[in-house]
Amino acid sequence: MGNKVSKLAILTKGIIKENPSLVLLLGTCPTLATTSSAINGAGMGISAMAVLICSNIVISLLAKIIPDKVRIPCYIVVIAGFVTLVQFLLQAFVNSLYESLGLFIPLIVVNCIILGRAEMFASKNGVVDSALDGIGMGLGFTLSLTFIGAIRELLGAGTIFGFALPWISEHPMMIIALAPGGFFVYACAIAIVNTIISSNGGKPRDGFGCSSCAMSGSCGTEGCSVDVSKLEKIEIKKGAEA
Amino acid sequence: MGHYLTILVGIILVNNYVLAQFLGICPFLGVSKKLDSAIGMGIAVIFVMLLATAATWPIMGILNYFEIGYLQTIVFILVIAALVQFVEMVMKKFLPALHKSLGVYLPLITTNCAVLGVCISNIDEGYNYLEALVNSLGAGIGFLIAMIIFSGMRRKLEGNTDIPVAFQGVPITMVAAAILSLAFMGFGGLVG
Repeated sequence: MGNKVSKLAILTKGIIKENPSLVLLLGTCPTLATTSSAINGAGMGISAMAVLICSNIVISLLAKIIPDKVRIPCYIVVIAGFVTLVQFLLQAFVNSLYESLGLFIPLIVVNCIILGRAEMFASKNGVVDSALDGIGMGLGFTLSLTFIGAIRELLGAGTIFGFALPWISEHPMMIIALAPGGFFVYACAIAIVNTIISSNGGKPRDGFGCSSCAMSGSCGTEGCSVDVSKLEKIEIKKGAEA
Repeated sequence: MGHYLTILVGIILVNNYVLAQFLGICPFLGVSKKLDSAIGMGIAVIFVMLLATAATWPIMGILNYFEIGYLQTIVFILVIAALVQFVEMVMKKFLPALHKSLGVYLPLITTNCAVLGVCISNIDEGYNYLEALVNSLGAGIGFLIAMIIFSGMRRKLEGNTDIPVAFQGVPITMVAAAILSLAFMGFGGLVG
C-alpha cells in the first residue's frame, strides 16, 4: 500500500485496462474452449473468479511463511484445493454446467491468470488489495468470456443465454459455435480491442506474452514474454552452464 | 490391435488436442514461430504426456482404493510437476545432449493444460493402462503435427504486408489457427 494505488484502481484495472483474456492474452485455452455459449462462458468465468479471489487471499496471507524456493508448488496446492472445492460446488448445485464444462473445471488449476496473479500481485500485497485484485481480474475474465460466448451463441445457434431469437435462430451459422469459430471470434475480439488501444495511443501486444507459458508467474515481470527469442536466450545460458 | 489404432487415429486427427479440444493453446501459439522450436516443444510434450500418464494412471488406482478420488486434481498436478522437475534433473546429469535440445521446454510444460488434461481425460474415459498410454501418445503426436503445420503457416504470415492494420500481429495468427482448425474438421467421422 506504500505505492498509494487507490483501491478503486486496483479493482478496475483488471476489468478494462489489463483485461486478462483480451488485453494481456492470458488463459487462452478456457477463453476458446468454454465460450460456445454465453452461459458456459459466464460459468467458467465465475468459477475461475471464485478460485482467483480465494487463492489471492490465502496466498497473500501465507506469502511471508512460504519459503521462496518452493513457492510455486505451494501456490499450486492452494489453487488446486480451491479448484476441488469449486468442482464439488458445481457438481452439487449446477450439475448441467458441471457436465458441459467438463474437463475445463480441473484445468482451472493450470490457468495462467491465477498463478500469474498469485506470483505478481498476491505475494507482494496485502489481503484487501489482493482480494480486490482477484475480484477485478476475475470480473474482467468473466465479462470477456461472457461477451465472446454471447457472440458465438448468437451467431452459432441464434440464441442468447438460451432464449431463441426470432429470425436468426432459423439460420444459425453452426461453424461459429464449433472449434474454428472459437479461434475466429476470439481473433476478431482481439482485433477490436487492439484498435481501441492503438486509437488511445497505446501499443497492443504483438506476441502471446505470458500466455505461452503457464509458469508465467515465476518470471516475475509484467511484460514477460517467453517467445522464441527468450527461449534462445535460455538455451544460450544453459549452454554456457554446460 | 484395431481398437488401439482407432484410439490413436481418433485423438491425432479427429479430436486433435489443440485444434478441436483447445488444450495446450498457449504453447501452440507461443512457441510456433520457428520450426525448430515447434518440433522441440512437440517432442517434449509427447515425452511428458507419456511419462505423466504412466505415473498418474496407477496413482488414480491408489486414490480409488482409499476412496479419496476427489483429490485427483491436487495429486495429479503435484505428481506431474515433481516428475518433470525430476526428469529434467536426471536428463541434465546423464543425457546432457538431449537436455540441451529438449530441456528448455520441460519447465514450460510442467503446468501445461494439455498434459494435465490428457491425464484426467484418460481417467474420465475409463481407459485401461495400455489404452491410456496410446491415447497420450496420440495426443502428443497430434500436438506435434499441429505445431509443425502451424509454424509453416506463421512463416508465410511473417513479412506479409497485406494484412489489415487491426488484424496485424496476434489476431491474424488466431485467424490462421481458425483456418487450420477448419481443415482438421474435415477428419470428422473418420473413426466411428
